[in-house]
Amino acid sequence: MKMSSLKAIGFRAVRSLVTLLLCVTLVFVILRAAGDPSEELLPPETPPDIRQEYRVQWGLDRPIVVQYLNFLSRVARGDLGESFASDLPATELVMRAIPKTILLGGSAFLLATLIGMSLGVTAALRHGTAVDRSLIAAAVLGYSMPVFFLGILLILVFALQLRVLPSSGSSSPVHLILPTITLALPLAGRVARFARTATLEVMGKPFIRTARAKGLGQLAVILGHALPNAMVPLLMFFGIEIGLILSGAVVTETIFAWPGLGRLLVDSVNMRDLPVVQAVILMITLIIVLSNLFVDILHALLDPKVSLARTLGGAG
Amino acid sequence: MRGSITLEELTVSFNGVRVLHGIDLAIGPGETLGLVGESGSGKSVTWLAALGLLPPKAKVSGRVMLNDRNLLDMPDSKLTGIRGGRIAMIFQDPVSALNPMLTVKRQIGETLALHRGLSGAAIKAEAKRLLDLVGIPDAERRLNAYPHEFSGGQNQRVMIAMALAGQPDLLVADEPTTALDVTIQAQILDLLALTQRETGMALVLISHDLGVVSQVCDRVAVMYAGRIVEEAPVERLFEHPAHPYSQGLMGSLPAIDGPRRRLTAIGGTVPDASSLPAGCSFAPRCAFAETQCHEQIPLLAGIGRDHSVACLVSEAQPSAAIRYSRQKEQRIEA
Amino acid sequence: MSASLLHARNIARSYELNRHIWGNASVVHAVSDVTLSVGRNETLGIVGESGSGKSTTGRLLLGLESPTRGSISFDGRPLPVIGSPEWRKSRTRMQMIYQDPLAALDRRLPIAKQMREPLDIHQAGNLQERETRVSELLRAVGLSDAVARRYPHELSGGQRQRVVLARALVTRPDLLVCDEPVSALDVSIQAQVVNLLSDLQAELGLAMIFISHDLRVVRQVSHRIAVMYLGRIVEEGEADDLFARPAHPYTRALVSAAPVPGTKLGGRIMLRGEPPNPANQPSGCAFHPRCSAAVARCKSEMPALAELGGGRKVSCHLAGSPSENQADPSPARTRVPLNPVEAASEDVA
Ligand SMILES: Nc1ncnc2c1ncn2[C@@H]1O[C@H](COP(=O)(O)OP(=O)(O)OP(=O)(O)O)[C@@H](O)[C@H]1O
Ligand SMILES: Nc1ncnc2c1ncn2[C@@H]1O[C@H](COP(=O)(O)OP(=O)(O)O)[C@@H](O)[C@H]1O
Ligand code: SF4
Ligand code: SF4
Ligand SMILES: [Mg+2]
Ligand SMILES: [Mg+2]
Repeated sequence: MKMSSLKAIGFRAVRSLVTLLLCVTLVFVILRAAGDPSEELLPPETPPDIRQEYRVQWGLDRPIVVQYLNFLSRVARGDLGESFASDLPATELVMRAIPKTILLGGSAFLLATLIGMSLGVTAALRHGTAVDRSLIAAAVLGYSMPVFFLGILLILVFALQLRVLPSSGSSSPVHLILPTITLALPLAGRVARFARTATLEVMGKPFIRTARAKGLGQLAVILGHALPNAMVPLLMFFGIEIGLILSGAVVTETIFAWPGLGRLLVDSVNMRDLPVVQAVILMITLIIVLSNLFVDILHALLDPKVSLARTLGGAG
Repeated sequence: MRGSITLEELTVSFNGVRVLHGIDLAIGPGETLGLVGESGSGKSVTWLAALGLLPPKAKVSGRVMLNDRNLLDMPDSKLTGIRGGRIAMIFQDPVSALNPMLTVKRQIGETLALHRGLSGAAIKAEAKRLLDLVGIPDAERRLNAYPHEFSGGQNQRVMIAMALAGQPDLLVADEPTTALDVTIQAQILDLLALTQRETGMALVLISHDLGVVSQVCDRVAVMYAGRIVEEAPVERLFEHPAHPYSQGLMGSLPAIDGPRRRLTAIGGTVPDASSLPAGCSFAPRCAFAETQCHEQIPLLAGIGRDHSVACLVSEAQPSAAIRYSRQKEQRIEA
Repeated sequence: MSASLLHARNIARSYELNRHIWGNASVVHAVSDVTLSVGRNETLGIVGESGSGKSTTGRLLLGLESPTRGSISFDGRPLPVIGSPEWRKSRTRMQMIYQDPLAALDRRLPIAKQMREPLDIHQAGNLQERETRVSELLRAVGLSDAVARRYPHELSGGQRQRVVLARALVTRPDLLVCDEPVSALDVSIQAQVVNLLSDLQAELGLAMIFISHDLRVVRQVSHRIAVMYLGRIVEEGEADDLFARPAHPYTRALVSAAPVPGTKLGGRIMLRGEPPNPANQPSGCAFHPRCSAAVARCKSEMPALAELGGGRKVSCHLAGSPSENQADPSPARTRVPLNPVEAASEDVA
């Protein structure tokens, strides 16, 4: 029993590692396939001998396999070179940006879950009524609104017209409000839509009727019987959403000058700061892969049909 | 103190279509009643309506009387004390009727906490006793198991344990063995009959198989298209089925021994609830139908001790069953 | 008995199950060492609990799957290799009917069109002839021409199963395998379909295999019946005789469990325990963990399927021994033959 649960975790960890390796390789291939990086990075008028000097310095004169292995070993050590723009190590720039993105993404995630879940579940319980229909309409409006449009709209209203909230920077908690809302609203729309379908589906299951037949009240049925069953699909949904949040963060951070990963990515692309671009992409990959691993393990823990849960659940 | 449960003029409509047309049924303490009829005749809806378990769009009227109180007038908060406590219900497909995410201890324990006020160790002890009672081997260890770790028959045993946990006055078993193998079906029926005798609760057994019903029940009510068309003690119904539909149901069942005879299938199908024929709903399939049958709706009337039937051509003789089959066959072939 | 149309000799079928990514594959023996045959004009019933291998046997006999061991011959020749042109041609001569008629029908095509399809594929006759054949068959199964224009979801369960039946007959097959054809239907509709099957079989001289877990229905349509337990035939015999005088303890329990209208539960042989798991077969006689008659020998030694005379075969250490037959607790029910001709022929034998 114990072995099988360790196996299950082990299997998922190995799978994540393989995904990671594939992504790293992809980054390497894409950046190299775009041409000789020295062509891209150095001004066109650079004399050939200087260019050659740089190529030797960056290892670009070595065979491609050696370059690849070097690249891998540097990634493993967390050494992704220095930023051309600031002379700081690329990893350090990334490390500075991460907490900001996690703060923004995390608070948007919480807000969206709170709004989306309560609206979605309410709509499902009022299925077919006017309440349901207006909530669906609100959700559609939420998730079909482009992030940049929403952001600019919020800035116009709250920062420029009403002058109650700051529109850029990250110096105080108040600065968090507008970007969080911008990032959260579309997500809340998607969460609401998903929560509604999930709830409707679960509430139609025969075991819900059993629960009601034994005399449980509405709330006990929802919390005690429907929710545990909705958790697994919900988790899967959130696993997918993490990628979407990160891509939303790129736009949001740029609009609100929020110094997180997304903004760093846009800036470094604009400045052709290759090492930083590389570092940001790899970091985003790492975040997505790790959070999916986390979701997988949580799923295994929640679902009694997965052997892992039996052991850990039985022990606890 | 156990009371009797009486359904009076119970009607149910979905989206303006009436599917139950006034059901009257009384179940005394410790009685066993079988409810038979084809799919869609309203067997399940009758009891789901009585317990307020139909979706909100269902319109229910009439009375469901338990100790001089009408369950249909009760607010949901009061009804929850009756569901599972006074009247318990189990369903056809035990695997999907149990919550896959919760252990059986938790699912049985909920009833124990709700209706018997037990908690903690007392729940565990009582849940184990109940699993023992319904014949789950190694009950102590199986308490923490999930439904998918049991077979279909065992899941139905767990459902029965859960129903018994509330010490109900009445257990409504809706096709409890339809999804199970014959051998397991016999075990479950045996268990139901045994616990019914031991606890003295009343039992309503819903089934489309007259054979199944007659093994456990004293009295049978036959339903057709949302009405009860015949009600009688089991032996009486088998010896003298009075309603042409009951005769047809009897003739459709092949026997396991004795000479083989041709089955007397009832031609045609159950009419759709939204387009019932005028007069007797069975008229289009009935070999005895007369002109009046197409105009007048027959009412349930007594024709002997504890025996009532809803047919205008009253007391179609038992020997008529054979005549019936001949005529019917001819009609099908024609 | 006439020469058999379909003959299966010692067929077996096992499946590999891969439970875990890194776990060892376990083998499920769904069918082991089954020998049976069925002739024209004859119905062979197969009964048993779920998982006893009835459906798998049906698929093997029809050549939808190939056996891992053993051989099957149809009309004197071995079944062609699955997927070969001969195999495809042989499909018209053998047809299958499943439990769920809706799943078997194409919901996008009107009834007449999908009934004609097999004829269109095999280019049988001209369009006029094909259409005549279709309406002939629809009438034969008691459906009007109005039904032909409808779609599957517009029919009732019983009507759908009739359509499936009519479609199976369209190519004039010699063999029909019915896997639980009436299990999903109401008793009254069951009776319609059962009568129809018997009539068509007698009329067309089909060989038929009728699989069901309902003993009453199987007896109603079958001439001979095979009882399966854990992938093996444990008893086989003439239909009325088998259920009137079951010789195998398992058959006895099955007969006893069948609900008979008007009788109470009392006095029945209650089979303990669950239907067995084919992935985990007991030693010796596979039935011994649930058998009330089991003796020490049953645990270690597998009984062979032995002839008892009168067309009866039983696989039980105790069957056939005179002491056991006398101690038989089940009331011997008087046996009534199907028709006088058959009774006479058996007297000779
Ligand atoms: N939620 C619902 N919405 C609309 N119609 C419904 C609903 N539930 C049941 N009905 C209709 O009510 C009638 C009676 O259904 P019910 O389920 O009681 O039949 P039953 O006798 O239990 O049949 P079965 O043997 O198939 O369980 C049918 O016509 C059915 O279509
Ligand atoms: N394709 C398959 N793969 C794995 N196991 C199978 C497969 N088909 C059947 N089995 C197994 O073989 C056994 C017999 O199955 P089946 O013939 O369907 O039984 P029955 O029809 O008597 O219920 C069952 O345990 C079933 O799970
Ligand atoms: S009332 Fe008429 S149609 Fe109805 S069951 Fe009696 S004889 Fe038949
Ligand atoms: S061989 Fe033994 S265990 Fe098997 S059926 Fe016969 S008596 Fe029972
Ligand atoms: Mg029902
Ligand atoms: Mg099967």
